[in-house]
Amino acid sequence: MLYNEPSPLEVKILTKRFGLKNSESLDTYLATDGYKAFLKAIEMTPEQIIEEVKVSALRGRGGAGFPSGMKWSFVPRTSPKPKYIIINADESEPGTCKDRLLMENDPHQLIEGILIAGRAVDSHKGYIYIRGEYRYLIEAMDRAIAEAYSRGYLGKNIQGTGFDFDLYTHTGAGAYECGEETALLDSIEGKRGVPRMKPPFPAVVGAWQSPTLLSNVETFSAVPAIIRDGGAAFAALGPPKNGGTRLVCLSGHINKPGVYELPTGFNLLRMIYEVGGGMRNGKKLKAVVPGGSSCPILKADECDIAMDFDSLAKVKSMLGSGGTVVLDEETCMVKFAQRIMKFYAHESCGWCIPCREGTTWLKKMLDRFHAGAGQKSDIPLIGELSKNMLGRTFCALGDAAAMPTISIVEKFPEDFEAHLNGKPCPYQHSAELAMA
Amino acid sequence: MSDLIHLTIDGRAVTAAPGTLVINAAKAVGIEVPSFCYYDGLTLQAACRMCLVEVEKTPKLQVGCTLPVAEGMVVHTDSPQVHEARKGTLEFLLTNHPLDCPVCDKGGECELQDMTFRYGMGESRFVEQKQHIDEQQWSPVVFYDKPRCILCYRCVRICDEGMGVKALGVGNRGSVSVIEPNHFDHLECDECGMCIDICPVGALTSGTYRYKTRPWEMKHVGTICTHCADGCKTTLGVRNNEIIRGNNRDRSGINGEFLCIKGRYAADFVNSPERLQSPLVRRNGKLEPVSWSHALTAAAAKLGEVKARGGKFAVIGSNHTSNEENYYLQKFAREALGTNNIDHHRTGDVATLLDALSGKKDALATTADLYDRKAILVVSSDLAQQHPFLAFQIRANYRHHNAHVYTVTPGPVREQSIALRSVITVPGHELADVVSLSEQLKKETELVILFGDAIKGDKIRQLVAFGDSLGIPVKYVCLVDYSNSRGASDLGLGPDSGPGYRPVNAPGLAYDEILAATDLDVLWVVGANPLKHSALASSNAFVIVQEMFLTETAQRADIVLPAASAYEKHGTVTNVCGEVQRLKGGVQVMGTKPDLEIMGLLSKELGVNLGMWSADKVLEEIRANVHGYNIPLPILATGGAAQTAPVNGRVPASSRPDLIQSARDTLFTSGTLGRYCSKLKSTLEAPGALYSEPRP
Repeated sequence: MLYNEPSPLEVKILTKRFGLKNSESLDTYLATDGYKAFLKAIEMTPEQIIEEVKVSALRGRGGAGFPSGMKWSFVPRTSPKPKYIIINADESEPGTCKDRLLMENDPHQLIEGILIAGRAVDSHKGYIYIRGEYRYLIEAMDRAIAEAYSRGYLGKNIQGTGFDFDLYTHTGAGAYECGEETALLDSIEGKRGVPRMKPPFPAVVGAWQSPTLLSNVETFSAVPAIIRDGGAAFAALGPPKNGGTRLVCLSGHINKPGVYELPTGFNLLRMIYEVGGGMRNGKKLKAVVPGGSSCPILKADECDIAMDFDSLAKVKSMLGSGGTVVLDEETCMVKFAQRIMKFYAHESCGWCIPCREGTTWLKKMLDRFHAGAGQKSDIPLIGELSKNMLGRTFCALGDAAAMPTISIVEKFPEDFEAHLNGKPCPYQHSAELAMA
Repeated sequence: MSDLIHLTIDGRAVTAAPGTLVINAAKAVGIEVPSFCYYDGLTLQAACRMCLVEVEKTPKLQVGCTLPVAEGMVVHTDSPQVHEARKGTLEFLLTNHPLDCPVCDKGGECELQDMTFRYGMGESRFVEQKQHIDEQQWSPVVFYDKPRCILCYRCVRICDEGMGVKALGVGNRGSVSVIEPNHFDHLECDECGMCIDICPVGALTSGTYRYKTRPWEMKHVGTICTHCADGCKTTLGVRNNEIIRGNNRDRSGINGEFLCIKGRYAADFVNSPERLQSPLVRRNGKLEPVSWSHALTAAAAKLGEVKARGGKFAVIGSNHTSNEENYYLQKFAREALGTNNIDHHRTGDVATLLDALSGKKDALATTADLYDRKAILVVSSDLAQQHPFLAFQIRANYRHHNAHVYTVTPGPVREQSIALRSVITVPGHELADVVSLSEQLKKETELVILFGDAIKGDKIRQLVAFGDSLGIPVKYVCLVDYSNSRGASDLGLGPDSGPGYRPVNAPGLAYDEILAATDLDVLWVVGANPLKHSALASSNAFVIVQEMFLTETAQRADIVLPAASAYEKHGTVTNVCGEVQRLKGGVQVMGTKPDLEIMGLLSKELGVNLGMWSADKVLEEIRANVHGYNIPLPILATGGAAQTAPVNGRVPASSRPDLIQSARDTLFTSGTLGRYCSKLKSTLEAPGALYSEPRP
């Protein structure tokens, strides 16, 4: 099912089957080049497959943007232990809603990507870790997996190639933290979902102490296109070192929110005004969260920017997981910071002190501040406490909470000043927020 | 040995073995890197973030407790950035902490207090509402006060990794995370209190100690636990002549910080209202209180009268009295009373083992061997219940050195979970089942065999012969029950052997023969309760009993002399591995006297000279006269354990294997003493059973 009209500016690689009748079915998939890439990969050596992925400049779509080919090459293919492929479908970064569409509308593309990865790292077993809230997707994915099994695209001796692969779905239980790769591994092993120490990295010691290739749904879904049409063609879609397209989840105060597949490096302002149909009710742009709630926020005057990993890093933000949230001039940034912190305080796993206590303290403070009981000294304190978390927590969740907060306090001090001295929130009429 | 790594910490050149963590490399040169969750011997967590250090050429602060040293590494633990980080972490920690230090048990010995004092800020910037969760009681001995908890997970790890019990876990998430029992709302565990002991703050508190005292108001007396034979050092916290707690937080002694419920909580028998505090003499068929001088005179008169007419004496000694007392008692019996009718409840066949090991060197294992030998074989003992410290050592050995553990037991035991191979045996078939492991054992490079009372007499000789056949160095531990069972055997509480297993000319009556004899004139029982299980055939015998409580035996007595417990006297005891350690009296109970003093006064009344009855003097005599007991005094004096030397070829071979019988105490029973320990009895798990299935 699709939730928005496609935009003519889209470059449809991963979403090319979206909108086709029964796009999720194996028949549709096979009729549209389906599983051709896998059969091609079987003819290739694992080294050639990994090289092709390297050439494609594909970078992890879960948020960190790690070069995929390099990650694949880290898996010790000759290890005597079983090797696992784990698909991170614990899509829970606020503002991000792309993986669900990929699984809902084109599950076989994901399965094919997994098979190719399996061939590349000599793995024969995979688990799709689907977030607890996506319960309906587990059924959808299970249907696709069953169909693939019944038609010989999973299981023993796939399509007579001699290659075996078993694929399972596994459900999370509603913890954001389990989207962190090592917490996900603990969760899939049946433990409490808290992150593990790194090193060792999952590529070497992952699920059940075995080498594990762990990547996002969108990352695996991009693989069939890379193998089918060549890594170079994929790389050419984006700027250097940022290959391919990205599924951008445009939300917020715009006219046409939705998920759009755009080349990496697409200009943010064009994204808002051309793809997203411009600001709702003709309001002025105030700020943009470029790639999910953990990314430092961009002010309106910073938005003329190419949406790729390196350009955003230059303005000290991140491309993240593609959750682009557009905020208009009536948005209360204190309320926005409070809403973000509420999320992180709720989702902190509690493992380490700075994140566990820091997020809760900041949430309480922002609650109070927004309610009009703020003090002038609170404004620098918000930033200081965030900095006390930044870089000191066990996993990136503490950073994810600290970075947007620091940027909001630094970039919108006037919003905080306006709440002082018991004054009511000047944005009372804009209580409706993009990220509820 | 690989090359050492060279690094710089705070400007000082440091060398460390590869793999050393920065926190330990710093500690080795006297630089403290503060931490809460890091705990020597337990898995790494990197959760508390207190140990962040600055490492040159890395952009972020690094976690000192998980970072291994690297060649050329330059570490700063004293930089402004590090100080800021510590301040920040402590500020976070204190946000939801109740700061109820004035009433907190931990106040004064709290790591959070110390850290805040040293590294924290002077004031708090936190003005929001603190979270509160009500205190919970998990068992008679464990209470949990969540707001004080800093979630360092030490308790979870010591329970899982150290104890092998896994009674604790983590619940909820984020700032409302809690430590919680894995068994609904309560603990079903060993009740060892290790979780309380290891807690850096006052989150876990003990049922015996809480709200009773401040740490600095107590006298801290390091002595040896008086219950099982493992000989754990316990530091008694004594206030107003009451033992409020036992712990070993300074990790001194053979047991490090390990203590089980007995060493930690089972000291309240000392102040039991049922303690005898006055000598009793039977008048008109009833025991009536009399003065010490009256009782001693009466007892000595009886002994003198019977001796004068050549009557028949018998003496039964104790598994709990000190080496000095045992030595003095047998000397009293043999020299002053002229009898070899002396014995004690034998719980393990130490004598035969020592005989079977004749001519061998280094064949007796120490408790330390259990931690670092490569393979361990446990035969017929539920170690986790009967010898909790030995079991702890073996678990640590498995965890740290991947030791190969084998078990041959008549039922399920906890050690099976770490065993390479375990055999469930049938009583009588233990040796055959041990032999069935021989192919596997031959592949080991060394082995320690621990065996219970099922292996005795000739079976011990066969076991040692089996050990010889393996072609690898084998050490043995003959498991015995109580705090000085080994000492009782070594120091000559036997009818056929004197101290150091010196054969006697005319062996006297053994334990069962004493009770079955019909012609005894005097039975003198010191710290034992033989009449609990059997009757005294000599109905006319005059019975003198030195005891702490009015036991079944004391009730039969004609004279009862109230004795002091091990926590009330000085002396030495020998543990199951033959390690001699010093007892130090911590409390005094009015009206009682140590057994040694009672015996000394009796000898004086009797007019015989057996030497001075001070523990130090008797120890001198033991060191000079008893083979194997010439132990170095400096080790004893500093609270260490000295292993007795093996006895080679001196042991009389006529031991009575049929008398060897363990009392089969569990973690929650402890012979007579256990009956008067309220905390042992109050637990849900008491009395427990050996070889029971693991808890679900």
